[in-house]
Amino acid sequence: MIVAGAFDLALAVTVLAVATWCVSVRATFAAVVAFVAFGLLVAVVWVRLAAVDVALTEVAIQGGIVGVLLLGATASLRRYKAAVAERSGATQRLAVAVFCAVVFLALATAVLTLPDPAPTLAPPVAASLLAFGLGNPVTGVLLGYRAIDTLLETVVLLLALIGVWSISPDRSWGGRPLPMHSAGRADALVYFARLLPPVGIVIGVYIVWVGADAPGGKFQGGTILAAMWMLVMMAGLRNPPSVARSGLRLLLVAGPAFFFIVGLAGLAISGGFLAYPAPYAKPIILLIELVLTPSVAVTLGLLVAGPPVRDARQ
Amino acid sequence: MAAIDAATAGGYLLVLALVLPYAGVFLSLILGGRYAERIALVLMPACLGVAIAIAAKVLQSGKALVYFVGGWAPPLGVALRVDGLSAAMMMTAAVVMGATALFARANFHQQRELPEARAPLMFWTLFQGIWGALNAVFIGGDLFNLYVALELLTFSAVPMVCLDGRAETLAAALRYLLFALMGSLLYLLGVALIYGTYGTLDIVLLSGRVGAEPTALVAAALMTAGLLAKTALFPLHLWLPPAHAGAPPAASTVLSALVIKASFFIVLRLWFDIMPGAMNQAAAQVLAALGSVAILFGSVLALRQARLKLLIAYSTVAQIGYLFLMFPLAIGSAWAMTGSSGAFTGGVLQAISHACAKAAMFMGAGLMAETLGHDRIAGLGGIARMMPMTTISFGLAGLSLMGLPPSGGFTAKWLLLMAAIQSGQWWWALVVLAGGLLTGGYIFRVLAQTVAEANEPAVQHLPVARGREGIVLAVALCSVLLGLVPISSFRLLHVGRFDMLAGGLL
Amino acid sequence: MSAATLYGLSAAALVGIGLFGLITHPDPLRKILAFNLLGGGVFLLFGVIARRGAAAGFGGDPVPQAIVITGIIVGFSATALAVALLQRLFEENNRTAPQAEGSMQGAPTVSSHDGDRGGGD
Repeated sequence: MIVAGAFDLALAVTVLAVATWCVSVRATFAAVVAFVAFGLLVAVVWVRLAAVDVALTEVAIQGGIVGVLLLGATASLRRYKAAVAERSGATQRLAVAVFCAVVFLALATAVLTLPDPAPTLAPPVAASLLAFGLGNPVTGVLLGYRAIDTLLETVVLLLALIGVWSISPDRSWGGRPLPMHSAGRADALVYFARLLPPVGIVIGVYIVWVGADAPGGKFQGGTILAAMWMLVMMAGLRNPPSVARSGLRLLLVAGPAFFFIVGLAGLAISGGFLAYPAPYAKPIILLIELVLTPSVAVTLGLLVAGPPVRDARQ
Repeated sequence: MAAIDAATAGGYLLVLALVLPYAGVFLSLILGGRYAERIALVLMPACLGVAIAIAAKVLQSGKALVYFVGGWAPPLGVALRVDGLSAAMMMTAAVVMGATALFARANFHQQRELPEARAPLMFWTLFQGIWGALNAVFIGGDLFNLYVALELLTFSAVPMVCLDGRAETLAAALRYLLFALMGSLLYLLGVALIYGTYGTLDIVLLSGRVGAEPTALVAAALMTAGLLAKTALFPLHLWLPPAHAGAPPAASTVLSALVIKASFFIVLRLWFDIMPGAMNQAAAQVLAALGSVAILFGSVLALRQARLKLLIAYSTVAQIGYLFLMFPLAIGSAWAMTGSSGAFTGGVLQAISHACAKAAMFMGAGLMAETLGHDRIAGLGGIARMMPMTTISFGLAGLSLMGLPPSGGFTAKWLLLMAAIQSGQWWWALVVLAGGLLTGGYIFRVLAQTVAEANEPAVQHLPVARGREGIVLAVALCSVLLGLVPISSFRLLHVGRFDMLAGGLL
Repeated sequence: MSAATLYGLSAAALVGIGLFGLITHPDPLRKILAFNLLGGGVFLLFGVIARRGAAAGFGGDPVPQAIVITGIIVGFSATALAVALLQRLFEENNRTAPQAEGSMQGAPTVSSHDGDRGGGD
């Protein structure tokens, strides 16, 4: 076990300080900025915990697109709100604080009484990873041993998008989501939106490809691709697509549907749902990752763009 | 019982139960609103057939159906497992969802010549999403797989609440979402502690390993609290009345009858299958105490409602309380080892018959509201003559909720009463009786209004659809028929149960 | 104390902080932020358990790490759905009654007077 050094202590204290500030500060904009900083700091904690795949996901999603989502929400809600809502009474907050302190103590006790040596599934994973020919154990777990969780998760993403679309008013059905920003011609944002996407796309696809043997994978790479697309939309260089376009819907469904089809093919060929025939396991896994990447990227981008609010003709 | 069940034949049925609804979701999205309804209606008999086939196989073999996904056995891989309880819940879900689909055709019909509208496409897609998620919860054999299934269910159910786009339903949907998300995270927290202590998330493997360690107790408390938030047990019930009352009638039906039973199902798995070693009588008494408060509180509030849908929603809050009375009567004591089968059957039967009865009530209330143009209880006069089938269905469903014979609700409450008296915990018997009286209060209040003469002649907004009334009557009859079935045929519920196998009772 | 235990205690503290924010803050957008903090604490706990399970040449047990990746994605989808609901709720409230001071369940109230201060001001 690495003994906690001064760096770990400083990092932990900073993370908790930022989190406390995020909860207690009055202005919502400051809270969102604090949350983005929290995401970046937690990514460093993940690296300290030797979980690089998770660090990549954390920084891309919590430090990246969740920040965009919440900043956009803060800006648009500021238009509507007239005044800050009243906070609940002091006694109520004290009672909740006591309850949360009890939860903290219970959890801390649990953490301190976790068994030593810790039970782990790392040896079985290492032993069976050769069957897939993969070098990255996390990809092996995500797309191999626990592939059904990843399969259902892609459906969760799609259903969340369907839920977001269902919230749009009836008159806007078939239209486009609002653009997230209207930029002038000479804005720095437009400059970056022309410069960064080619680089970002290459990096994103690379991260998907290399995820089989090194930290990476379709969620991390797909998020980078989604971020590039959002950059282009925010700069006004492209409009968000209309939700009625069947090409868009095919693209969204293609990823999860392909994953299901591979699973059913496994039922027919290898005798088990989501079982891969032994010599072809790694190519199949790479293929699944590559086919899922565009669907994941488009779904993530549309989740940030929101429900359709404009007419299809605009 | 630490040995892994070997995978059994017929596991492909479990895969089919998962694949069919989501294939429907994908096809509905691609083909668009014109075909979404048709896809859902084709799916309905297929899923019903799969549920019946699974139940038949479980009953015939006398063991649980097990399937290892990808051929990887736990603890490394994920197992799907259907025992008698799962099979019974899947059948209930299939029957109620099927009836709701037929009922909702009139509300969410997409005209062929018009461009695609939002509400029909969204309703049918989310409907199939809920069905797939329910199946995923009932067949899941791994704690994290169950978390993903719960999230699937939340994301499909929440947008159904605000399908009509009004501000009240949007606020109710947001509150529901926040409660559900808090519940999921508390559940996930417990899952983390369990993995950290035992190194596996498989239900069968955990059933042999979990003892009364402090981490296991904290995990159990957190997971139960999270699942109680999703099941809307008092005091975490605040989100339920506005959400279930504000949703369209077909959505309210599915939400009240099935969605809250899914998280209750996981509580059963947690307490009876995974952690019987860690549970004690004190915790079970606390759960039942909360249930009792829910029964009394919910019934009293239901008596005071002016709108029919809100009354039915508060009735759900109350009836959920009955489900938790089974805990101190079925586990945690020496008596429970021999006498538990009655209380267990009673609790599960309460869940199933409440599903049928509440479905009939919400669908009937929807029909009444469409016909009259409002759902004020005081204005229901004359409905009994206009819509006799619906009024009778309401009455039959009320029989089950009150616990009067013959009905599934009567059998369930009778079993709970007997278990309470035999185990010496007579105070729960008092709660059951008091709850029955209060339920009778609000049921009769509604029925009395419907048979009374109207003050003004009731204006019929829409002609009464006899076919839809027939569906409502059929579902209400289901809850009655459950009471006519002899108790011995409920042995399906006990197939594959762990603690009874350990006690040598099978 | 090992690094993993230190981060485990931090995760427990994050859960407490996030839970407090989720329950007490009246503004739904702040509740969503607190929900994300709570999620961060839960995932960090998984990460600590992964680190404690380091074996067979890996820096950490890959199963909890995979669970965290799945959880982060699910948490993001939940945030997106909640934000969309919130934005639409505000649009609807302001469309029907732009100057109204009425309160809806779950939506922040528009308060222009401090009634509990007592007396006119």
